[in-house]
Amino acid sequence: MSDQSHSAGETGPSQRGVEIAVALATLAFGIIILIGSLQVGIDWGFEGPKSGFFPFYVSLFIIVASLYNLLQATTLGGIKPGLFASVDQLKRVLSVVVPATIYVALVPFIGMYVSSILLIAVFMMWLGKYSLLHTLPIALGVPAVVYVVFERYFQIALPKGPIEYWLGL
Amino acid sequence: MEEIANLMQGFATVLEPFNIGVMIIGILLGVIIGVLPGLGGANGVAILLPLTFSMSPTSAIIMLSCIYWGALFGGAITSVLFNIPGEPWSVATTFDGHPMAQNGRAGEALTAAFTSSFVGALFAVVMITLVAPLVARFALQFGAAEKFGVYFLAFCSFVGLSKEPPAKTVVAMMIGFALAAVGLDQMTGQLRLTFGSTELLAGFDFLIAVIGLFGIGEILLTMEEGLQFKGKSATINPRVVLQTWMELPRYWATSIRSCIIGCWMGITPAGATPASFMSYGIAKRMSPRGKNFGKGEIEGVVAPETAAHAAGTSALLPMLSLGVPGSPTAAVLLGGLLIWGLQPGPLLFVEQKEFVWGLIASMYLGNIVGLLIVLTCVPLLAAMLRIPFPVIAPIILVLCAIGAYTVHNNPFDVVMMMVFGVLGYVLKKCDYPLAPLVLALVLGDKAEEAFRQALLGSQGSLTVFWSNGLVGSIMLLGLIALFWPIIQNGMARLRPRPAV
Amino acid sequence: MMSQTTRIAFGALAAVGVAGVLTPQPAQAQWQPSRPIEFIVPAGTGGGADQMARTIQGIVTKYNLTKTPMVVINKAGGAGGEGFLDVKASRNNPHKIIITLSNLFTTPLATGIPFNWKDLTPVAMLALDEFVLWVNAETPYKSVKDYVAAIKNAPPGQFKMGGTGSRQEDQIITVAIEKSTGVKFTYIPFRGGGEVAVQLVGNHVNSTVNNPIEAVAQWRGGKVRPLCVFDDAVLPYKETIVDNLSWASIPTCISQGLNLDYLMLRGIFMSPGATPEQVNYYVELFKKVRETPEWKKLMADGAFNQSFMVGDEYAKWVAKEEQRHRDLMKEAGFLAK
Repeated sequence: MSDQSHSAGETGPSQRGVEIAVALATLAFGIIILIGSLQVGIDWGFEGPKSGFFPFYVSLFIIVASLYNLLQATTLGGIKPGLFASVDQLKRVLSVVVPATIYVALVPFIGMYVSSILLIAVFMMWLGKYSLLHTLPIALGVPAVVYVVFERYFQIALPKGPIEYWLGL
Repeated sequence: MEEIANLMQGFATVLEPFNIGVMIIGILLGVIIGVLPGLGGANGVAILLPLTFSMSPTSAIIMLSCIYWGALFGGAITSVLFNIPGEPWSVATTFDGHPMAQNGRAGEALTAAFTSSFVGALFAVVMITLVAPLVARFALQFGAAEKFGVYFLAFCSFVGLSKEPPAKTVVAMMIGFALAAVGLDQMTGQLRLTFGSTELLAGFDFLIAVIGLFGIGEILLTMEEGLQFKGKSATINPRVVLQTWMELPRYWATSIRSCIIGCWMGITPAGATPASFMSYGIAKRMSPRGKNFGKGEIEGVVAPETAAHAAGTSALLPMLSLGVPGSPTAAVLLGGLLIWGLQPGPLLFVEQKEFVWGLIASMYLGNIVGLLIVLTCVPLLAAMLRIPFPVIAPIILVLCAIGAYTVHNNPFDVVMMMVFGVLGYVLKKCDYPLAPLVLALVLGDKAEEAFRQALLGSQGSLTVFWSNGLVGSIMLLGLIALFWPIIQNGMARLRPRPAV
Repeated sequence: MMSQTTRIAFGALAAVGVAGVLTPQPAQAQWQPSRPIEFIVPAGTGGGADQMARTIQGIVTKYNLTKTPMVVINKAGGAGGEGFLDVKASRNNPHKIIITLSNLFTTPLATGIPFNWKDLTPVAMLALDEFVLWVNAETPYKSVKDYVAAIKNAPPGQFKMGGTGSRQEDQIITVAIEKSTGVKFTYIPFRGGGEVAVQLVGNHVNSTVNNPIEAVAQWRGGKVRPLCVFDDAVLPYKETIVDNLSWASIPTCISQGLNLDYLMLRGIFMSPGATPEQVNYYVELFKKVRETPEWKKLMADGAFNQSFMVGDEYAKWVAKEEQRHRDLMKEAGFLAK
């Protein structure tokens, strides 16, 4: 999947660069865990090992292994050459990530239902180039089925926004 | 034999028309619950528990246990089709099930998954029927040290499996452990690694991470390569079920081994999730085709599904005979027993014969009915891969978001799911294995807890982990599993070479 | 800003208007829920609080006690802190109630999360859960005195007490026993009461302070033995459980020289900012629930203390209990730093 060859001339972030970034990120994560475990104590208390005992050693593993990965990516050269992904590919990925992120951000404000309708509609019309006539039944139908299944049948309240409140749902 | 007579009585109870109806409804609801990511068997049963209030206890337990069987079956569906594990125990099913679907073999993968589930469950039920009291006594042997031994074995049989660089495997696994540690430390009652944030109070849930890493990550990978699922060209073959069945008996060894692992994990009780991982790991080591695992090997579907279903079924035994649930779903069923006025425990088998044997009979019939229902759906389900990507992708996104929300009813989890999704995409492209991460996330805090409980009991002495025959042999098994590749090499060298 | 008089005039007008539309109702129009009632459980599925909440949900559904459905939602994260914070954040939402256990006090005290019971509106105490000191039936200890003597003869920490969670009720009781008798236990926390009881049956711990409902099955099976109950009077349930023994035959710990009584709250709170009418609606609802046979059966099965309190009496009881928990936890060194 990921080891697809890229034709020459394509541009995009290099595999190496991304590997370095990931190694740095895991290193930072390890340090955060290290700090967090030191905060709650890593020695033995009256109830056995303290809360930070276990995460402390975990963080050491992360830090050491991340440093090794960083070395691999920078000097040891254990990274396959080439691009992480081409610009075209990244654009396609972002065309999912961006609407999905907006969707996730909207849920607390306008509720699960309205935002779901918007997501499906945007996706189908923008990426799938479907007409409004094809889009609407699915965009409205899916949330409607979800409503019946979750709210009516399983009695699980999903997040709702002003529109649902106004409709009295 | 008295058990057989009791069982026949049980069948008579279950075969009443009302109970049959209840059973079918239960299975169907269960499959839906299993398919929806996030909404697990435990939640589903808990939600529907009050509905059974006006039924007789026997009908009620038939309905709820059938929801559970349905959820066990249903979990495999989205794992195979979309790489989204509907339930925690179907994570290991994605490893080979989804590649099979990508190769246009979705029907085979689903049939194998359903059939193995059935075999595992059947094995567990037969065991419950015949040796229930013996097994209950075995379960009592498990203290904290033994439990840690089991988790240790699960990790050992799984690490070192991946073809990815070892340092990356370590990072991935340790990130899993670290995430599992966030939130309340069960052992000291203190918060840790939350840095004052109330959002992190509940920690990172395994299900949310899995929905993101696997489900959303897969959508992003698919998107990168153009707008379609690879399995789109899959031909719909109505005879796929029969053809797969012809192939399955070849994997009898894996099947039996997985049944035993599953039953053991269900009884101890460690649960279906470690059972499925452990079974997958061991199958990969033992199978002659082990090197192909992860690329769409049918054995890689058989092993975890058999073990998960065997564990899920046998998890009911300690619940009935000891009052200790072997799985979260069993915990809810336990609450149900109490609500219906039944006391689980050593006397249930004596005092509530009709109920217990009705339940056991419904395990047989429920699984048969369940298998029939899901198998008839195989061609239909495989056809779902033909839905154009721009239509199915947003629907999957919506269902994932709802799933992430319903795990804890927390909108913040939906955000976390998205973060995990992007993380899953980047990590996968950089050759970080995701499986050790989720394994550590699901078992990490439990393993840590058992470790610390054992040390508390022994007042800090590590000898507790080989203090008796049981824990000693489990730990030894773990070490053997960990060093299996080396052992195998050594044995090959010792063997005299055939003359050329 | 409106002047005082205009506001009163407006109020009167509005009242007349409303009364005019809804005349069939008695003069003070009663509040009724208009949306599903969310019933928060600050504990996991399958535990004691969850069981009680789902029983109530079942009763409410079966007898049609509310106009809108009641939905049980588990928010167990952070020892229930997640659930409490959620209700705290739902100011003026009268469709949210929460069932509490001792973690109403212990969670904020042990973790320091920004929550206090005063952030919520008290509705009613439904019952109090009892605690019983249990040992394995194979051990020779027939009374608290035997047991304490045995612990004193062993090196400190040799005897293991199993319990649910850490810095919560079970451990608080354990520490209080230590204070009262001068013995030293090794306390081992587990996830749930059922698991704790099984650890006792398997002899992995020496004693537990399980709630009656968590250990009754093992008692009936002859696997565990109750030594005393942490209440100030013996339990009223006289129905035989095993060998001519009933809940009523367990002596109180106080009478056995263990000077300690501890009961756990099973009560209802609702979101902050609720009006007296809204509180009253729920009080009446729970009064009806308490009259049903299902509820009475649950009470008898779990040998609950059936105290019922509302209003000021309830609030005062909670305030007193909070102070007591603060003292107990301070002594034990369990308070968050």
